[in-house]
Amino acid sequence: MSILNIISKIRKGKLWDFHGGLHPDEHKRESSEAPLVNAGIPPFLVIPIKQHSGRIGRLLVKVGDHVLTGQQLTASDHPMEVPVHASSSGVITSIELHTVAHPSGLSEPCIHIKPDGLDQWREREPWPDFHRYDAIQLFDRIRQAGIAGLGGAGFPTYAKLSVAREKAEIVIINGAECEPYITADDRLMREHAREILEGVEIIKHILRPTITIIAIEDNKPEAIAAFLLHPLPDDVIVRVIPTKYPSGSARQLIEILTGKQVPARGRSLSMGVVMVNVGTTYAIRQAIVEDEPLIRRVVTLTGSQFKKAGNAWVRLGSSVRWLLTQFSLVPEPRQRVIMGGSMMGFTLPHADVPVVKITNCLLAPSVSELPPRDDEVNCIRCAKCADVCPVKLLPQQLYWYSRAGDHENAEKYNLSDCIECGACAWVCPSNIPLVHYYRQEKAEIEHLREEAAQAERAKLRFEAKKQRLEEERLAREARAPAPARPVVSSDSDPVAAAILRIKAQQNKAGASGDLQAEREARKEQARQHQAEKAAANRDTEPTIANGDDARKAAVAAALARAKARKAELVGNTSDSSMINAEQEPAASADPDAVRKAAVAAAIARAKAKKAQTEQPVAPVVDMEQATEAVDPDAARKAAVAAAIARAKAKKAQAEANSASNTEKQG
Amino acid sequence: MNQILFIIIIFTGLALIFGLLLGYAAIRFKVESDPIVDQLDAILPQTQCGQCGYPGCRPYAQAIANGDSINKCVPGGSQTIQKIADLMGVEPPSDDNELLISPPKRVAFIHENLCIGCTKCIQACPVDAIIGAPKQMHTILRSECTGCDLCVDPCPTDCIEMIELPATPDRWKWDVETIPVRMVQ
Repeated sequence: MSILNIISKIRKGKLWDFHGGLHPDEHKRESSEAPLVNAGIPPFLVIPIKQHSGRIGRLLVKVGDHVLTGQQLTASDHPMEVPVHASSSGVITSIELHTVAHPSGLSEPCIHIKPDGLDQWREREPWPDFHRYDAIQLFDRIRQAGIAGLGGAGFPTYAKLSVAREKAEIVIINGAECEPYITADDRLMREHAREILEGVEIIKHILRPTITIIAIEDNKPEAIAAFLLHPLPDDVIVRVIPTKYPSGSARQLIEILTGKQVPARGRSLSMGVVMVNVGTTYAIRQAIVEDEPLIRRVVTLTGSQFKKAGNAWVRLGSSVRWLLTQFSLVPEPRQRVIMGGSMMGFTLPHADVPVVKITNCLLAPSVSELPPRDDEVNCIRCAKCADVCPVKLLPQQLYWYSRAGDHENAEKYNLSDCIECGACAWVCPSNIPLVHYYRQEKAEIEHLREEAAQAERAKLRFEAKKQRLEEERLAREARAPAPARPVVSSDSDPVAAAILRIKAQQNKAGASGDLQAEREARKEQARQHQAEKAAANRDTEPTIANGDDARKAAVAAALARAKARKAELVGNTSDSSMINAEQEPAASADPDAVRKAAVAAAIARAKAKKAQTEQPVAPVVDMEQATEAVDPDAARKAAVAAAIARAKAKKAQAEANSASNTEKQG
Repeated sequence: MNQILFIIIIFTGLALIFGLLLGYAAIRFKVESDPIVDQLDAILPQTQCGQCGYPGCRPYAQAIANGDSINKCVPGGSQTIQKIADLMGVEPPSDDNELLISPPKRVAFIHENLCIGCTKCIQACPVDAIIGAPKQMHTILRSECTGCDLCVDPCPTDCIEMIELPATPDRWKWDVETIPVRMVQ
């Protein structure tokens, strides 16, 4: 069935029906008969930064600023960001967390304003002849006016209208107001039908639909009459629909008016239908024609505990507690205050919460009027809930799956299509708060979905980091081919490289026998020592040296000693001739003698070395090779050994000197 | 005798044919990575925290596929264990009560007055959720933080703390019965 076909049927006055639904007591007369009043300027304003579904904008004001009525407090840089405005002129006292109108009773950032009572407006630029402006300009103004759906969901109106442009065939102005107790739209339509029609004209001007339907339930005859008093253009019709809960829900109302169901997870726009609430329509008119942003709305104050129930223009940000006293609430002990109607509303955690854009009703019932729910008992599978479900879901199945945490099946049974109207819970003979379970389950599913999305993102970021580090490493290696570390090309760990280096060195030394070299050096030392000792004690123990080499060394040492002695003698004679003979001979401070001794020691050393080289033992040769070859360590050791030998030789020399001196003196 | 020879020839031939077939299939239909590892990896929470003893979620997925126990993922909690158990066809370990409670989601928070800008936490972060530069104050991207704790230990000034995310109405899970869905009689 094409959209034109549907439109022609609509024009003929055809109405459809949706599945299920019910007829709860309306309780609308209590509040609908009193005319709209102005609640006035409250002593303080608490304006939550987020009052809609979507994102929050950035703050434009700071503490201490003086703001004017209608001044924008947050910016709107994104289609889903809806700004908030100062509801009255005054000074911003603080920007801090405050309990907001939400069933959780949790806090959100709010701007606190102390009104000065003057209600001084910012400069306004009314556009009474809005036809002169194009859709873009009108869109911008709707956006800057902070208009979000006033029916309850708070969807940004700008976002809704801007995507609907050129696509909308049918515009539905929702004045059904099916929920019990609430009469805010009823009262608005009765008193402001002309302005609402002007708003309709603006929407028509923007969207250019084929037909615009104002849908009103038949329990509001005065509102219907108010519209019919005005001459309606051809493409605007007022459609009276039978009273049935929840006909005011967007999808159900579309089904009533067009006979078509919005597909699951689909948008009504795909069918060429756009729905705007009457309150929102009025707000659009105010924003365009009067340049009045959304700073006030109609709120129904009803319930048996109100002395004078009715509807009032309430500035957004007014405290519920202040409103209750303004409307002479006579609280009973543990008075409950419900925001919204009796079907879909929620009990406020306390009365110090601000009125926001989606607050359409404050209900203060007595216990007898709205008794607390009896304890829930087991589901008996009576299927009454399935009979009333306007979405044709299977509430009892969803109930089981929700309680069991069976997310997969809950989704398979289209939990996401539940509009949370509360019809199933209302008819449940077991008093099961079904909607509560659905909300929990929906929140859980949403949470899991978010977590999955985050996990996916974390994975991507992890992979990206790994890849980046790898690329950085490759780039580093390509830049510098690392000449400092030739041993380890694959391993970049410096400690490991050092260990490898040492090992390589040890292996190399090990080939020629590091330990052996050491041992040989020690041996050589001992030999030299022995040789010197032998040389020193040659007179007394001439045959201490063993072996050919030792004897040779001993001979050499003896030669050296003899030379040294000669030098000593020369020195001594010169000494004794010049200075006192008492001078200590062992000191041998004479530079000449010392030089000679050193020369002698060097010769002795060389001789000893020669003797060693001549030695036919293989390891020594090996050692020599190792020392002379690559191994610096062994060479160092040999050098040390040589130094020790030198020192020893010197000592021996000194001893020899002293011995000769004693001899001479003796 | 002839018959036996015939049978041997037939079976040898069959073995040869099937061997070639299998060999060809192994090359032609080669699976690059174990698909079970991908599936396990998809279940794991991707915090890359290493609390399981493996350097990241994928290595742990590999380890599970090779027979490691399935209850080592702390951030995943019971949900993850259950899902892995379903996938692997094993019983979830029932004695591990500690893990059966999902831990609350936490994120790292840098006390910025104590941060000295050493970049150690940045290097530790597996998902690049910390921004900062040497000698500049660092901060954590709350939306990207997986709460893996890996940045806490390297901090020389102990300025990183794991905090629970504050409750907001958006993330509230309707855990109090406040909805009066019953009508007046």
